[in-house]
Amino acid sequence: MSNIETKTMHEKDMKKVSSQQRVGKFVAKFLVYAFLIIMAIIIIFPFYWMLISSVKSLDEYKLAIPTLWPKTILLSNYVEAFNQANLGTLFLNTMYVGLVSTLLSLVITVISAFAFARLEFKGKNALFAALLATMMIPGELFTITNYATVNTFGWMNSFVVLIVPFLVSVFYIYLLRQNFLQIPNELYLAAKVDGTSDIKYLWKVMIPLALPTLISITILKMMGAWNSYVWPRLVANDEAHQLITNGLRNAFTESTGDVNIPVQMAAVAIVSLPLFLVFVFLRKYIMKGVSRSGIKG
Amino acid sequence: MVESKHKWKAWLYLAPAIVLLLIFTVWPIINTIRMSLLENYSTMGFVGGARYEFGIGNFKQVLEYQNFLTCLKNTMLLCVLTVPISTFLALLIAVCLNAIKPLQRFLQTVFFLPYVTNSIAIGMVFAAMFNMVGTAFGTESELVITAGIINNVIEFFGGTAINWINAGSSYWANIAVLVIYTVWNALPFKILILLGGLQSVNKQYYDAAKVDGTRRVRVFTRITVPLLSPMLAYVVITGFIGGFKEYSNIVGIFGDDMGPTGDPGRLNTMVGFIYDALSNYQGRASAAALILFGIIFIVTMINLYVSKKKTHF
Repeated sequence: MSNIETKTMHEKDMKKVSSQQRVGKFVAKFLVYAFLIIMAIIIIFPFYWMLISSVKSLDEYKLAIPTLWPKTILLSNYVEAFNQANLGTLFLNTMYVGLVSTLLSLVITVISAFAFARLEFKGKNALFAALLATMMIPGELFTITNYATVNTFGWMNSFVVLIVPFLVSVFYIYLLRQNFLQIPNELYLAAKVDGTSDIKYLWKVMIPLALPTLISITILKMMGAWNSYVWPRLVANDEAHQLITNGLRNAFTESTGDVNIPVQMAAVAIVSLPLFLVFVFLRKYIMKGVSRSGIKG
Repeated sequence: MVESKHKWKAWLYLAPAIVLLLIFTVWPIINTIRMSLLENYSTMGFVGGARYEFGIGNFKQVLEYQNFLTCLKNTMLLCVLTVPISTFLALLIAVCLNAIKPLQRFLQTVFFLPYVTNSIAIGMVFAAMFNMVGTAFGTESELVITAGIINNVIEFFGGTAINWINAGSSYWANIAVLVIYTVWNALPFKILILLGGLQSVNKQYYDAAKVDGTRRVRVFTRITVPLLSPMLAYVVITGFIGGFKEYSNIVGIFGDDMGPTGDPGRLNTMVGFIYDALSNYQGRASAAALILFGIIFIVTMINLYVSKKKTHF
């Protein structure tokens, strides 16, 4: 009798404990979700504010109590922004610089990485280590001399000045070399025996196998052109060669005080759209490239 | 014979990269050191035939220059504030993301979104959010048309509006805005790295802790943080390097003036100082760039030293 009683007592306790645990777990889950969702809202809010402000009329934007959803959707802000900032020309300039520099950069990166990964020559490791060491130096240090150099070359205000100085990225060479090294050497030797040329082997075997890395490099390079600001402002600030970020900042020099914010936000939205599309469709490659690089753009 | 042919080929393949690196990377390194050690060097003067004496005057000048000290202070302040805040928040978010199943991928995507943005463009959005539209601040006839969405929210919760970035705003209000923007911008990369680290942690450690009935906080401090320490070290080091090179976030919000209207240059950073001196005072710019490199180098070494002692791998 007493034995049975203690047993049921024990079971009751167990039930109590487990239900307490369940409540605790539920509360913890709830807190985790609440925290994440609040943070997500904070992260998203600037994008939301940009979009709704970009379609408001100036009068509506200036209301003392802001509207969280626009009363009227004014798409003419976009037309005005496009014209005011001359976004068409800026877009074409940036695409041109981005495509040409990506293409040339890929060629240089592939053949350099191939040499470092597959060919044997004296001083290879020392040279590779020296290249890696330059990655530690902040880019600003190079800019001072490069500014004088491109001036001497007579490259000021041209597309060349926006493309050539940044064609070689030690980091991309490093990334691709690591990728090439994973491809077994036997394949290369077999191809040699068959009399396949290096270029053919590169094109038929190594490039397809390293394609994900090449796509990551392409995206990061294109984003770099889209987001570059400092160098273009220094060396190609004329209208014919201006890039998009620079043009955007120049067109709207005032960002505080009594300025037409809806039009500014429309311009910002136009500039952000391609990046957003790249993000939506190519997120995997960006994340892969980024997690290995630690550099923006 | 095949070998020697290969050697010749290897250098041919490397030629474009080496030529470009010699011109745009190696020569700048040598030249920066040279320029920094010639008193008051300027390229224009040099081309014009002027001779410069050897000395360390540029470094002395830079360090005595009030402007540079302001830049140094701003840069340090932003680093010291943004790196710990963003690392801590990123860690918290990554741990929470790792603990959930539904919505995980969706939220992960949302948290990565700020990464693929243009820091000048989104800086303008932040400026708009903090901007007060109105006239004659600080006078009797002060007229605020709209206080900006951030101030609207503050007022909604019963606070008073703050002049964040407009003419007459306080230094600390400016810094607060920059810290918020920089942290917002820095989070995605850190979350990505830390979440990647968490997902590769062996589940056995957690199962053992569960069996032992270890408390959540203890699991976090005794298992999660030590196992993540290599990734934490990585995001802290890259955070400091990025922080010391801070520039475009400030241009995004305050424009090329690097300060609120009426007080240009107040928020200038070390990189900004270098760019200001770059076209006319190359000696000074070079000295500043070398000082920046020295600081980054020392901070990285300290970080590596500390993380080697604290990391568990």
